[in-house]
Amino acid sequence: MLAEIANPHPTWNVAHDVSEVLEYHFMVNALLAGSVVAVMAGLLGWLMVLRRETFAGHTLSMMAFPGAAGAALIGVAATWGYFVFCIAGALAIGRLSAGERRSWSEQSATIGAVQALALGLGFLFVSLYGGVLGDLDNLLFGTFLGISDGQVLVLLGVAVAAVAVLVALGRPLLFASVDADVASARGVPVRSLGIVFLVLLGLAVAATSQITGVLLVFALLLMPAASAQAITARPGLSLALTVAIGLVVVWLGLGIAYFSVYPAGFFVTSISFAIYVAIQVGAWARSTTRRGLQAPEQPPAEGVIA
Amino acid sequence: MGSGREGEPAQDVSDGAAGAPLVVRAPVLPGSPALPASSPAAVKLTDAAVRLGGRTIWSGVDVAVRDGEFVAVLGANGSGKSTLLKVVLGTLGLAAGEVSVLGRPAGRENARIGYLPQRRSFDSGTRLRGSDVVRLGLDGDRWGLPLPAGPVRNRANPPSRRRQAKARIEEVIELVGAGEYANRPIGELSGGEQQRLLIAQALVRRPQLLLLDEPLDSLDLPNQAIVAALVHDICRGEGVAVLLVAHDVNPLLPYLDRVVYLAAGQAVAGPVEQVITGEVLTGLYGLPVEVLKASDGRLVVVGQPEAPAHHHDRHSHDHDGHAHEGHGHDHVH
Repeated sequence: MLAEIANPHPTWNVAHDVSEVLEYHFMVNALLAGSVVAVMAGLLGWLMVLRRETFAGHTLSMMAFPGAAGAALIGVAATWGYFVFCIAGALAIGRLSAGERRSWSEQSATIGAVQALALGLGFLFVSLYGGVLGDLDNLLFGTFLGISDGQVLVLLGVAVAAVAVLVALGRPLLFASVDADVASARGVPVRSLGIVFLVLLGLAVAATSQITGVLLVFALLLMPAASAQAITARPGLSLALTVAIGLVVVWLGLGIAYFSVYPAGFFVTSISFAIYVAIQVGAWARSTTRRGLQAPEQPPAEGVIA
Repeated sequence: MGSGREGEPAQDVSDGAAGAPLVVRAPVLPGSPALPASSPAAVKLTDAAVRLGGRTIWSGVDVAVRDGEFVAVLGANGSGKSTLLKVVLGTLGLAAGEVSVLGRPAGRENARIGYLPQRRSFDSGTRLRGSDVVRLGLDGDRWGLPLPAGPVRNRANPPSRRRQAKARIEEVIELVGAGEYANRPIGELSGGEQQRLLIAQALVRRPQLLLLDEPLDSLDLPNQAIVAALVHDICRGEGVAVLLVAHDVNPLLPYLDRVVYLAAGQAVAGPVEQVITGEVLTGLYGLPVEVLKASDGRLVVVGQPEAPAHHHDRHSHDHDGHAHEGHGHDHVH
């Protein structure tokens, strides 16, 4: 679609290509918005992976459907619908599923129920609206055309607020995420932190879906974090890598899409996936080699009876 | 610290009996010293009772753990051993009686308590180092960053304090002998290795009381012996009072100052040789129970009734924690 506007061609001169991309205000805005979203989604996605709340993240992304439909119904911008429904969904999941000692299967059942209700509400809103949702493609697969300066600022504001809260909660949130029983005994409010985290995750999902669309949020939310965690177990390094991978994915994806007739969402997702697969294969190869080398030295009695 | 307690006050045993007429009065040893005023009890439960879901788990329980003492809590599945630790932590209230921990009501001094919950193992996909988990024990409850042991330079945090924290983490990891693998992802470590790091996490803030819930559960026999000896060394070397929940008393026999035996909703406390006897356990269970001593010193309890069918605490939900159940009724359990 871009090809029709600018008819650009890559020249193999990277510096030239980059400067060409940056000449267009809409591309600058797209890159800015994408970068903001990559940082925010990376940090929250890292904790989402650590906390094993991927299904909650997926459910929150589905909130965009009732959000967009509800916004159309009352005649406001879809963005507001995204944020309101993602936060409401986060609170619902947090209230219903974060009870004491709920097993993982109970929690996922609750989250699934919330997701079904949200999609049902979305369907209701669409039929009350009576029309076809305008930019269904954009809702599902995102857009980076025509991101206004105002939208960039809103995304930046949301991201700065979310990251500030994340930094303030830092250690207790990590403690509650990996070791809830001990954290709770130490007076860390594990349950409240879980709900606050879901709200932050909802904000990140709503922001990410502006760029990648509802269906592709995991390209920035999940895959950079999962890739980084496969590379290293050092938390600081792992977080930095997550953000770096997210930024590379966004920049490459948008850059390639600019010169291509195919949509950006496809490139963002494919690059993210390619990195993820490469790193998983690398980690697997590394652990196989290490195990092969270490096997004869391992004492047979070491381990767990279970 | 806790050594030289052979003149153990037998009053605990008779105290335990006070609220429970079933319990046999154990012989009072001559020359039992009274509690010295300078050494207040790390944990003291007086005529305590707990109700959960309308059912009385135990009642009339008297337990005292003195500073620097190593005490095991024994009993069958569902007898309320973990419940006792939760009462000491203040996460579960008493239905009757009193509890004081480190001289204050339960829950107030948790910063001075190291707690190791039951059967905690990290998923193999948990991508954090062992040292990060230990670090969370040091300052994981403080708001804000820096992230545990991360390379983040923080100007507001003077390097000396960062270095102190790092030194303490290294020290405690060496203390439990986990230096070799502390920097590997915790999910990749064996149960014994994880358990040592978790003990390091519980110890890192120099607590005065350690509460360990089944730390030997799910370990193989050599590791059970190693971890029991380690806890004993920490108890003596660091002067920490230890209240340890166990299925099987045998790995702990060489080290214990006293035991608390929970059964049939009551408790008896005292030195091992006074509590784990046919006479006391028969009185506790109300059924004939015999205690045999193997030639290697191991104790075997015969005739111990089955655990109640309706469990109330986490022992019953525990998927992997029943490694002992197959042969458990042969041992003190």
